[in-house]
Amino acid sequence: MRVSVITFPGSNCDRDTQRAFSERGHTSNLVWHKDRDLQNPDLVVLPGGFSYGDYLRCGSLARFSPIVNEVVAFAESGGLVLGICNGFQILTECDLLPGSLLMNSGLTFICQHQYIRVESANTPFTRNIPVGRVLDIPIAHKEGNFFIDPERLKSLQDNDQIIFRYCDRDGAATSEANPNGSLDNIAGICNIQRNVLGMMPHPERASTEGVVSRDGREIFAAIEDHFDSSR
Amino acid sequence: MLQAKIFIRLKPNVLDPQGKAVSNSLHQLGYVKVVETRVSKYIEISFDDDNEQAVEEQVQKICADLLANPNTENFTYTIEKMGTV
Repeated sequence: MRVSVITFPGSNCDRDTQRAFSERGHTSNLVWHKDRDLQNPDLVVLPGGFSYGDYLRCGSLARFSPIVNEVVAFAESGGLVLGICNGFQILTECDLLPGSLLMNSGLTFICQHQYIRVESANTPFTRNIPVGRVLDIPIAHKEGNFFIDPERLKSLQDNDQIIFRYCDRDGAATSEANPNGSLDNIAGICNIQRNVLGMMPHPERASTEGVVSRDGREIFAAIEDHFDSSR
Repeated sequence: MLQAKIFIRLKPNVLDPQGKAVSNSLHQLGYVKVVETRVSKYIEISFDDDNEQAVEEQVQKICADLLANPNTENFTYTIEKMGTV
């Protein structure tokens, strides 16, 4: 699989993400935000970090980087796009995903292990993962509080676009298990075509040797599974 | 020269945790009559242009395209001549 990880000024999870894929045997490239060539990827990843210093609103200025036009065109032609943390924020700002990520309800930056529940296996990113499966994937953000108007929340629910919810160890999506105040405990959503996924937790921080949780591997394995089956 | 003074406010139905924290602090300071605080953004943009209509058209577009997130924020603005009181 060919993976292109976009580096914006202020990205800081780009190398971790690149490494997570290259260790799994993929051709994993960093693509600079001013480039206009995505390098023929099978998957584009918008990594975590603080693109443009989070100025104005998180992700709002990254939308104007030249490469983002290519990412949007790639997504609109059916290409797989994964946005992690700041990448999720960027995807909402360029309207590839609905909703917004607001400041955490507790006002603090949260960096911790977090349980999330897989809500749908009907995406290339969760293919063959049992629905209800609880994954331990770290979060690290201050603006992860997912917000959307009631009408479009219902549309997300009705169209099976909520892919991950914050939960406790046993898989209960309670308000106590919600770290940041996200509506409906939402940790990740996909678009209606199901080829674009945004998630606040960092699967690349739960995949390499020597870290506490390697549950992120299940998401990468699902993507590989999808890729192998579509060839 | 004209200057746009732009307010970006969270929509009324969007929770404002910052505002809530400020309210709590004000209560601790003894301002017990404070019932709500909303934190907004204020932005000034100066234009090398004296045509108010042309500037207003640009400001409207700037706010809608970049400064405000239509999902969560409303914007209002005034346009004033610079250097006047």
